[in-house]
Amino acid sequence: MTDFWFQFVLTLDSTLRVATPLIFCAMAGIFSERSGIIDISLEGKMLMAAFVAAAVAYGTGSPWIGAVAAVLVSIIASLIHGFACIIHRGNQVISGLAINILASGLTVIIGIALFRQGGLTPTLTKTSRFNSIELPFIEFFELHTPIFGVIYKHLISGHNILVWAAIVSVAITYYILFKTTFGLRLRAVGEKPEAIDSAGISVTKMRFQAIIIAGILCGLAGVYLSTATGAGFVKEMTAGKGYIALAAMIFGKWRPVPALFACLLFGFLEAVATRIQGIEFILIGEISSDLLIALPYLLTVILLAGFIGGVTPPRAIGQPYIKER
Amino acid sequence: MNIENSKQNGDFKSPFAVEIKNINKSFGPVQANKEISLNVSGGTIHGIIGENGAGKSTLMSILYGFYQPDSGEIKVHGKLAYFKQPSDALRLGIGMVHQHFMLVPNFTALENIVLGAEGKTGLYKGLQNARKKLEKLKQAYGLEVELDSLTENLPVGIQQRIEILKALYRGARVLILDEPTGVLTPLETEQLFEILLALKSEGVTILLITHKLHEIMAITDEVSVMRQGKMVANTLTKHTSPEMLAEQMVGRSVLVNNKYELQSIGKVALSVEQLGVVDKRGFDSLKNATFDLHAGEILGIAGIAGNGQSELLSVLSGITQPSRGFFKIEEHLFDAKKNPNPRLMRQLGVSHVPEDRHSEGLVLQFQAFESVILGYENNKKLGNGFFTNPDTIQAYCSQLQEAFDVRPQNPRLYSSQFSGGNQQKLVLSREISSTPKILLVGQPTRGVDIGAIEFIHKTLIGMRNNGCAILLVSVELEEILSLSDRILVMNSGEIMGIVPKITATKAMLGKMMAGIPIEEAKEDKK
Repeated sequence: MTDFWFQFVLTLDSTLRVATPLIFCAMAGIFSERSGIIDISLEGKMLMAAFVAAAVAYGTGSPWIGAVAAVLVSIIASLIHGFACIIHRGNQVISGLAINILASGLTVIIGIALFRQGGLTPTLTKTSRFNSIELPFIEFFELHTPIFGVIYKHLISGHNILVWAAIVSVAITYYILFKTTFGLRLRAVGEKPEAIDSAGISVTKMRFQAIIIAGILCGLAGVYLSTATGAGFVKEMTAGKGYIALAAMIFGKWRPVPALFACLLFGFLEAVATRIQGIEFILIGEISSDLLIALPYLLTVILLAGFIGGVTPPRAIGQPYIKER
Repeated sequence: MNIENSKQNGDFKSPFAVEIKNINKSFGPVQANKEISLNVSGGTIHGIIGENGAGKSTLMSILYGFYQPDSGEIKVHGKLAYFKQPSDALRLGIGMVHQHFMLVPNFTALENIVLGAEGKTGLYKGLQNARKKLEKLKQAYGLEVELDSLTENLPVGIQQRIEILKALYRGARVLILDEPTGVLTPLETEQLFEILLALKSEGVTILLITHKLHEIMAITDEVSVMRQGKMVANTLTKHTSPEMLAEQMVGRSVLVNNKYELQSIGKVALSVEQLGVVDKRGFDSLKNATFDLHAGEILGIAGIAGNGQSELLSVLSGITQPSRGFFKIEEHLFDAKKNPNPRLMRQLGVSHVPEDRHSEGLVLQFQAFESVILGYENNKKLGNGFFTNPDTIQAYCSQLQEAFDVRPQNPRLYSSQFSGGNQQKLVLSREISSTPKILLVGQPTRGVDIGAIEFIHKTLIGMRNNGCAILLVSVELEEILSLSDRILVMNSGEIMGIVPKITATKAMLGKMMAGIPIEEAKEDKK
């Protein structure tokens, strides 16, 4: 029993770590899509950021400089998306797809050109990464509160700063969206841009602000992948996380807190999948690890196929704003 | 200095709240506003009336800063004003209540009103301040709105109040209402008028755009009539009458002088009995229509746009289902129980030239030869029913284009590349080439050049002479008078009467169009 409990806490711990990039990206998606811009380029922006973070951190030795560079590149990708589909009213899905394709190609090509390691960046040393932060008082809690002690040591302590940042980003997203003037306008522009325009506020400006925030958040997700949880960039290391985040966002009905829980659910499934690999179950035997790894993706498909019910996306989503004649 | 100061404070009393001088505005080749001048006295309700496309909305869009005029000037309270965007106009106190509301459906009323004018105090404080201010406004003008209700759950009448509050909240002293009653029930309309009168008594100037005569008569102090982009009349409402306004609205310059010979009428081709249509809002948009259409006659339907003509066409062509009554073609009966079926109507020999050729008559992205077989694509002459034969169809199209003088005579040109008149001829050629027994025609010459008008008229007369029964809906009185054998006048979904062409006069029809029954309209003539 204690062993199961211990395993469970460890699973939750890895849930949090797996969910972190999903949370960043889901919040990014919320900003972008609440403003009316479909953002399937979460994936590509995250991938670009992951590469830039690792490359710059390797070059400068500082994960922070790497992070800043990565966020900037992700913002630039956002601006390209905005240029295509806000200014030139292009198709938002196609534009996003283009960014994803661009990202998967560019990262590898530039990686090979710079480092000649088949698209990888060199492994980062401990000092050029974001490391785990061990919280104080672990012994104290372990000694006096055995149950909480385990939770404290394995679940709460030992995360890097970006995990915390991801959770804080949910609170910030919620606050901005529902408690500020900017948030009110942001939600309005994704529902009824005419209303914003007739109120004398620029639809274009609102949407650009939204996608720039999305760029920052995707950038952080990428930074997390290559310089916090990983120790360098690996080709296609985002592995569809951007799409899963998109699914989590839809599952969470474009709301920050439900989207957070959706991300945690996806994270939990993946954590369980890795944890029960190789374990024999009674009657069933060993569960195929391929199947387990596929589980989150399968769930995504099922959820997106409309098993969620009552989902209304922002009404103006995907439609370029054109002043009527 | 004093005057200068008070001017800036907006206290300077010019007799006119708004002065518009020689405004011109073109969209491409279309001149929507020609040399328009208009003075609106402060604290009055000023009606602007005109048919669809007369340029009312363009003029108002210029006034609230959505469009910039090509030339001309606007003065607000005696001061010259330039609007680059709606917020500039709003700053000078001009607010717009749009026909299609600019409200975010899943916002509360309060959020919608405050959106874009939240103040610098943060959202929470801003909403609270707004609530206080709005309670006062609500009371002052009887604008009862539950501020915390979700907008999408509110009836349209209340949503409109939110729009009005939105403008007042931003300090509007001149309120433009664009077709405000189009979406309202009669009760909501009454309530709106009460609100408008309350606003007026508080010194708010109201510009009311409408094409409904009785509204103008009921509530306005002054009225301006627009027609084809020009301002044709400006009077005090008490000095005019619905008949005069109707005539000014539709009275176009005589385009067609041909008086076509009358002809003896044949058998009944279509009989309509107690036909009624209730629209989505629960309105009776067509009430108890009863008439017969004979072979070899043109029955003209006169009326100001939006008085039930479109619904009539839509039912008779099998697009919508009647809610009450029935109509009969030979032994086939169509009533509320029978599903509408445009294809069946075609098989029965009913052709339909829709009122709006862009949305219903043509697929603009189709090439002419594709557009010209729409609805007739199963025709055995054009293919084997499954495969169509492009060569045959193109040859067929060329043939039609020649016969109907469609220019340029090119079957491969996109439908959108033809001028309005030629597009209309394409539609006509398609509908007429099936040699229908009954032809339903809506606005055949709307936006069509003079040459084409004459051609279209001659074609219609030719059809009639060959025994086709033609139902002609047109808002152009001249057209109705010159083509029809009998004239049916509609007002608010009702048939005001049917007049034989010989006894019809423009004045009499104008009165009927304004809602005066045929008996009275006749009496007045004596």
